Amino acid sequence: MTRLSGNSKHSVRMTVNGRAHEGYAEPRMLLADFLRHELGLYGTHVGCEHGVCGACTVLIDGVPSRSCTQYAVQADGASIETVESLADGDTLNALQAAFRNNHALQCGFCTAGILMSATAFLEETPAPTELQVREMLSGHICRCTGYDGIVRAILEAAGVQAEGKAA
Amino acid sequence: MKPVAFDYVRASSIEEVLDLLLEAGDDAVLLAGGMSLGPMLNLRAATPSLVIDLNRTAGLGGITANGAVTTGAMLRQTQAMRDDLLMTVVPLLAKAMPSIGHYQTRSRGTLGGSIAHADPSAELPLCLLTLGGEVELQSKDGSRRVAADDFFEGVLTTARQPTEMITAIHWPRRSGSFGFVEEAQRHGDFALTAAAVWIELDATGSLAGGRLGLGGVEDRPVAFDLKEFAGAPVDENLATQVARDIAGRTDPMDDHVADAAYRRQLAGVLGKRALMEAAGEAGS
Ligand code: FES
Ligand code: FES
Repeated sequence: MTRLSGNSKHSVRMTVNGRAHEGYAEPRMLLADFLRHELGLYGTHVGCEHGVCGACTVLIDGVPSRSCTQYAVQADGASIETVESLADGDTLNALQAAFRNNHALQCGFCTAGILMSATAFLEETPAPTELQVREMLSGHICRCTGYDGIVRAILEAAGVQAEGKAA
Repeated sequence: MKPVAFDYVRASSIEEVLDLLLEAGDDAVLLAGGMSLGPMLNLRAATPSLVIDLNRTAGLGGITANGAVTTGAMLRQTQAMRDDLLMTVVPLLAKAMPSIGHYQTRSRGTLGGSIAHADPSAELPLCLLTLGGEVELQSKDGSRRVAADDFFEGVLTTARQPTEMITAIHWPRRSGSFGFVEEAQRHGDFALTAAAVWIELDATGSLAGGRLGLGGVEDRPVAFDLKEFAGAPVDENLATQVARDIAGRTDPMDDHVADAAYRRQLAGVLGKRALMEAAGEAGS
C-alpha cells in the first residue's frame, strides 16, 4: 500500500483515446483538470466541479462518469475516452453530425459531456424512446438550446446507427 | 472549487482499510463512488487529511442471496439495477433506483456509499429502512450488523464509528407488494419528499402489515408500522387516511427548498400514492 502525499505530485499513467499518457498530479487534482492541463486535452469542459452539470462527463473504462468528482490518481491505469476520440480528423462521426444537423448546440460548453454520455447510452440502448433520451439528458445542463435539438439529434443518430448496423 | 490537499491511499484489501482507519480515525474518509464525497471535498465541506479509495479494494462487490440478499458495499447502482435476481427479490429497489441521481452518476455511485453518506432525502437509505434491512460494519475488532432503524441518526450522521467501514448491506426478502413515489424539482434532483411502501395482505385481501417509509421529511428517513391500520382492504379512503395520519406524526424539515407544512402535505399525498401503487400491484 502506497500512501501518496498530498503535498507532492505523483506520476499518473492512463490510456486516453487509445494512446498511453503520463502526467503528474497531486492527489487532489480532479481528473478533468488532469486531462485538460496535464495532457492538453481541452475538449472536456469543467462547469460546476461538483457533479451536477455534466460538462465534464467522459468514459472511464467504458463507463460514462463525471471527471470532476474523481481524482486523477484514481484513474491511474484506466482507459479513458474523451470527446477528442469521436471525429476522424475533420470528419464528424454520426452523433456529432446529427448534433450539427439539428442545431443541438450553441455555445458548445455542455456539448462534449453530452456527446460522451450519448455515446455510451446509444451503445446500451440502440433504439431509445424520446423519454429514455430525456431521462439520460437529465444528467446534463444546457443553458442555450432548450434541449429539443439535442433530443432530436440523439434520436437521429440512433436511426443513423441502426441503419449503419443493418447494412 | 478544488479540495484542500489530502493524502491518498488506494487500498487493495479490507485489512488495509481497517489498519488505516485505526491509525487516522476521524481524519480519514472512505471514498466509494465519489458522487457525494467528491462534491463535499471539492466544496471543502469535507477536509480530511487522508482519502482511502475503496474502488480497487477486494471483497466489497457482488450480490449473494441466501435468506436475505447481501450486496457488497461497493456494488455500483447501475450494476444493481441490471441484476435480475436483486431486482426480482427486492422489488422496492427496482421501483426506487431509477430515481437515484442520473444515468451518469448511477454508473459510478455505490449502494454502500449512499447508505454511508445518509442524506435525508436519499432513496437507498429509505428503501433499506422501509424493508427493515441491516448494515454490516467491520473494524479491527470484528464485524457487527446494525438495523437500519438504528443506523441512520441524522443529517449525514450514522451509527458507524470512525474505525469502522461498511462492508455489506443486507436486504430482507419481504413478501407482499411495494410502492415508491418521489417528488423532486427535476428528474434526478434530491427528493423533496419520497414515500416507500411495503404492504402485506391477509387471505381476504385486507391490510395485514408492512411499513410506510418517508424520505426527505425529517433529518433522516423514517418508517411507520402499518399493523395498526390492519383489517380493511387498501382502497383510496384507507390509503388517504393512513398517509395523512402518518404525515401528521412527522416533524418535517424547514429549508430553502420547501417549508415544513409543504413537506407534511407532500408526505400525505405521496404516501397515499405509494400505498395505492402497492395495493394496485397486489390486486392485479
Ligand atoms: S463539472 Fe463535472 S458535473 Fe459539472
Ligand atoms: S450549447 Fe451552450 S450550454 Fe449547451
